[in-house]
Amino acid sequence: MASGIRDQVAIVGMGCSRFGERWDCSADDLMVEAFTEAVADAGIERDRIEAAWLGVFYQDQSVARSGLPLSFALRLPNVPVTRVENLCATGTEALRGAVYAVAAGAVDIALAFGVEKLKDTGFAGLPERTKGTFEDLWQPGFTPPGAFAQLGAAYAARHGHSIADLKRAMAHVSWKSHENAVASPKAHLRNRITIEQALAAPMVAYPLGLFDCCGVSDGAACAIVTTPAIAASLGKRDMVTVKALALAGSNGVEMGHASWDGSHTLTSRLAAGRAFREAGITKPTEQVNLMEVHDCFSITELVLMEDLGFSAPGRAVHDILDGRYDRTGAIPCQTDGGLKCFGHPVGASGLRMAYEIYTQLLGRAGERQLAAPSIGLTHNLGGIPNRNVASVSVLGLHRG
Amino acid sequence: MHGTGIQSFGAYLPRLRLERAAIIEAMGWAAGLRAGKPQGARSYCAWDEDALTMAVEAARDCLSGHDRSGVASLVFASTTHPFADRCNAGVVAEALDLAQSLRTTDGAGHQRAGVSALLDALRNARIDGQQTLVVAADRRVAKAGSEQETRFGHGAAAARVGTGPDLAAEYVAEASLRADFVDHFRGAEAEYDYAYEERWIRDEGYLALMPRAIKTALGSIDARDVRHLLVQGPQRFATAVAKAATIRAEAVPADLHTECGDTGVAHPLLLLGAALEQAQGGELIVLAGFGQGCDVIVLRATGRAPAAGRGVSGSLAAGVANRDYVRFLANCGLVDVEWGMRAERDNRTAQPAAWRRHRDLTAFFGGQCRACGTVQFPLARACVNPQCRAFDTQDPVQLAEKHGRVKTFTEDWLAVTRSPPHVYGNVELEGGGNVFIEFTDVRPGEASVGLAVRFVFRIKDFDGVRGFRRYFWKATPVRN
Repeated sequence: MASGIRDQVAIVGMGCSRFGERWDCSADDLMVEAFTEAVADAGIERDRIEAAWLGVFYQDQSVARSGLPLSFALRLPNVPVTRVENLCATGTEALRGAVYAVAAGAVDIALAFGVEKLKDTGFAGLPERTKGTFEDLWQPGFTPPGAFAQLGAAYAARHGHSIADLKRAMAHVSWKSHENAVASPKAHLRNRITIEQALAAPMVAYPLGLFDCCGVSDGAACAIVTTPAIAASLGKRDMVTVKALALAGSNGVEMGHASWDGSHTLTSRLAAGRAFREAGITKPTEQVNLMEVHDCFSITELVLMEDLGFSAPGRAVHDILDGRYDRTGAIPCQTDGGLKCFGHPVGASGLRMAYEIYTQLLGRAGERQLAAPSIGLTHNLGGIPNRNVASVSVLGLHRG
Repeated sequence: MHGTGIQSFGAYLPRLRLERAAIIEAMGWAAGLRAGKPQGARSYCAWDEDALTMAVEAARDCLSGHDRSGVASLVFASTTHPFADRCNAGVVAEALDLAQSLRTTDGAGHQRAGVSALLDALRNARIDGQQTLVVAADRRVAKAGSEQETRFGHGAAAARVGTGPDLAAEYVAEASLRADFVDHFRGAEAEYDYAYEERWIRDEGYLALMPRAIKTALGSIDARDVRHLLVQGPQRFATAVAKAATIRAEAVPADLHTECGDTGVAHPLLLLGAALEQAQGGELIVLAGFGQGCDVIVLRATGRAPAAGRGVSGSLAAGVANRDYVRFLANCGLVDVEWGMRAERDNRTAQPAAWRRHRDLTAFFGGQCRACGTVQFPLARACVNPQCRAFDTQDPVQLAEKHGRVKTFTEDWLAVTRSPPHVYGNVELEGGGNVFIEFTDVRPGEASVGLAVRFVFRIKDFDGVRGFRRYFWKATPVRN
């Protein structure tokens, strides 16, 4: 029985570009911006990186295929660069590649990178893409908000909530992320909103209004990982280690079988269970101090509070309205603004989440700093509720 | 010895009906006297309907409650087939999952094509007893402000022709008369009809030709015994023809102008269906198609008109009147609507993939697992049931006629559709099976979790670059 990777790999440096509509920046600029910060943080020379993983979702929109765009942008010393793509879990997938390489002993120092240059399409929203030659012939021509909006009516029906009550909790989710983003200098949307504003916003995909949807942003984020021993040799005292990295992928059950009722994300439940086991977490609500979850839409964050085990079934609406996941609540969620306000350059998002956890654990979060957190969780949901890949990572602080 | 005749019939009219008053309001300034009186409403296609999809729905109605395996031939008559070179009847046959040995023919080129196809089908049945499904549909587009714009409707009708004991109407006689009389025409490259003066058409066309053909067809039958005179064309022409043919004026029914308008090639068959829904056993029916001559068919009603499906009356009743003239123009392709940059998506069809799965896509087949019984769409190599997942255990099962229940849905105002919002979601099928599917003919606010739906054959996507369109099935509310 495999024992997992808990605490075998340390993150010694992270970088994150400012997210937003970076009209004047190319993907190369964004990658250099994030990387410069990460190598300075790690205190290593660029040439000590032995292997890299590049996460990009929209191939041919952001950068060209393969890992070469990263190799070119950073002029890496001809090391292996592997391009990975796993829908919105792409960034976490890149981290997983780098972490596993170090855990396996294949390399000492590895780089995980995620980048997305979305604002070169010339229109609002995410680029259109094919779903596959056969799938295009029958699947609905859906958009991301429309696909995630499906959770709304199904969740309300499943738990007996009115859409009005659900909308109020969803508005609180978005209000909270805007509040947090004000104190998050690299975030895309740093304005406050009111609950009333969110409720009155134009409908994008029922029941999701404009403020229930995350931003479409340019951005890059990266992590430099190594063994705890090498990290110590680099002079790292307080150290962030990877306690778990778990993924779960749909196999068609949600789209094709009656056992899924449409009100939750099956894979998030599975990935969370695996991650907690790997990390040795038995009481998530007590042991996890903060989380960054895949709030592509407010309804997603709401159902995730249940799928990840933080709220009892049907209770997320109440917990959210009670402020349990606010920055001042029991388990703060999206302290940096989340996808909603920090932004969602798809391939970079998983690493951006890790960046916030890392920043908070090391006590570097400035005015949004939480009081001494030691365990943080990140979660991505790539795809759509009935066809997706979920990733959960658990990061922990070891005080030196 | 069983007789030959019409075994069952079916109809389909789009749900959309434009009140003619709305046309006059919008176009009266330009149309002047041509606009006519703003009576009733005309039917028109939703953005995802065409002659072919209407034909499929009329055929389903016609076959409802009947065994499909006996159909040996299918003729699809229309002047507005979506494909000029691709067997349109073949798509209809595929959607209906008719026998592989089926003969498929497109009947085209003139307004009489529907009655001509019916006449040929009756002839063939008399020769070899084989069953033919005749489907007629038209989606004629007319210029804004034209007389045709108010007169035309979009619709389809179908008749199953064969030999047997359970006929709705029995064949009695027929006659044909050719005449290259150009009352109107549409050039091969033209979008619209070019029509001539009605009085000339009435006098030199209808009155000079049709009574002769009727007289020939009736032979020794006394014209005063005809109870239903179904003439392709305006009711006032039919009345004049009745008088000239010494048929009683009461034999001329309403021409459905008020309810749906003239549905072109489909219209005589629609009138026939309406007559059969009313006719008593033994009543004589004369069906007279018009278009570069006449085809006349004499039938005797049996009084056994099967009412398993929606029929003509049900199709007429299913209409929802609106006054949205601009939307009507958009659906007809007469205004160039901006659908946003998202609409630039390339909808190229991978034909090899479409052909591999043609039965699944066009006839809406899924798989049923022999090991666990789970119904699933799409059919796959491994069973979707998490407790089974067996390989290669699935038999094809048709889902098109099943009803379902909405599990999740949204009204998406961002997604590309020619009728925002785009409504889609997960549907759970009766007897098992789940499908992620687009909805159609659903108003904002109408969908809900648990809503009962059925499936209809519609245009899935247009490929504007290559002039292709692809079809699939969509969920629509069950409305009874």
